[in-house]
Amino acid sequence: MTKKKGPDTWQEITTGCVVFQPGSASEYHTGSWRAQRPVWNNQKCIKCGICYIFCPEGCIQQSEDGFFQANMDYCKGCGICAHECWPRAIAMTEEG
Amino acid sequence: MAKRAGMEVAMAVAEAVGQCNIDMAAVYPITPQSHIAEHLSELIADGKVDAEFVTVESEHSAMSAVIGASGTGARVYTATSSQGLMLMHELLPIASAMRLPIVMGIANRAVSGPLNILNDHSDIMPQRDSGWISIFVENGQEAIDLSIQAFKIAEHKDVLLPVCINIDGFQLTHMVEPVEFPEQELVDKFLPPREPYATLHPGKPVTMGAFAMSDYYPEMMKAKNEAIKNSKKTILAVWEEWAKIFGRAYKPVETYKAEGAEILLLTMGSMGETAEVAIDELRAQGKSVGLVKLRLWRPFPFEELKEAVKEAKKLIVIDRAVSFGGPGGPVFSEIKSALYHEEARPMICNYIIGLGGRDVAVTDFTGMITRVLREDSKKIADTCEFWGVRER
Repeated sequence: MTKKKGPDTWQEITTGCVVFQPGSASEYHTGSWRAQRPVWNNQKCIKCGICYIFCPEGCIQQSEDGFFQANMDYCKGCGICAHECWPRAIAMTEEG
Repeated sequence: MAKRAGMEVAMAVAEAVGQCNIDMAAVYPITPQSHIAEHLSELIADGKVDAEFVTVESEHSAMSAVIGASGTGARVYTATSSQGLMLMHELLPIASAMRLPIVMGIANRAVSGPLNILNDHSDIMPQRDSGWISIFVENGQEAIDLSIQAFKIAEHKDVLLPVCINIDGFQLTHMVEPVEFPEQELVDKFLPPREPYATLHPGKPVTMGAFAMSDYYPEMMKAKNEAIKNSKKTILAVWEEWAKIFGRAYKPVETYKAEGAEILLLTMGSMGETAEVAIDELRAQGKSVGLVKLRLWRPFPFEELKEAVKEAKKLIVIDRAVSFGGPGGPVFSEIKSALYHEEARPMICNYIIGLGGRDVAVTDFTGMITRVLREDSKKIADTCEFWGVRER
């Protein structure tokens, strides 16, 4: 798991584990859970955006050239994008 | 002037909660708690108590609603019983982990099955490890006093934990008893408005109930355990303050003619008063017997219990619930475990009694004590028996 900024000991945890900094969940890089990563073949991609729509993490974004890519800080490798991709442009490959 | 009344205890609890300047209550009615729900909603509907009464469709929702409301900084109350408490079970450790002050009255009732509406302690015992402060009352006056004190304990900055007050269903909730309501002015002074540690407010966003995996979960559990253990100091201080203002003293472990007694009986809840009569009868016959009443269930009062039983030769622990296939009743196993390392400890035996509302009479207690007096220690040591159950 990614090392997060946070309390070291139980004494330093806030009462009830209240988080006083809004939006801090984005610092939690859940991409470290990933066993497989999606790899786009842009020669097959038709830029339809179905991967972007179906990604349950919301971590797929469209680049300026119209193709798509996932933010690996948050992609858990679930493979839904690859499963939904009509032209089969996404392949799930094992993480090293 | 304090108001004296003859009132049904459940209604008196609602009156007492109404004296506590609550902001919100979410209560789903269930026998034998219903009169708390009915009377509190009446007090609010009639404008006598300025609070929101949230009508919910289940106890799961009642507990969820008070958790949310407590998160906003409100002073909140709920009450339940038996199956209702079982339905709340999922949320109880969440309330304590989030360190939200909530006060809950529990009209203790047997859990199904078979379906039964009468009293025993089988509803609260499965909630033992949920991180709630758990206190037992013996009569109507204690139900009033503890219900008010509970807010002060729960909301104290050194505690911040939910508190449940166990009130034996029917045996207490449906009895009309002479009670005294403390003067409102004194209650207001005793119980100032809540000062929340953090609140859910869009102006200053915070996250409550955040996600934590193996990297933080154990530290959170340790923090929660330390919090409830540490709460005993505040509970004692609150009881001391209460005694000074209102003249009624409370202790984690109450004793009755226990000093120097060879045989001690240990009870929880409304059985205590019946047991006192049994002790009086046996004392009149010259028997060296006494009574210990466990008021504070969580945090468990180790020091006070050890002190109370240190001189006894035999200790009879009464349970009003069963730990099926376990080491006797739940109170018995806790007491045994608490005394394990003591060099001088009494022989201890366990009687399970009063299940599903079966009457607990003075003769039951005198019968147990007489038997324990007669038998030699080896024979009854560590035994657990369903007292008075019909057998072939």
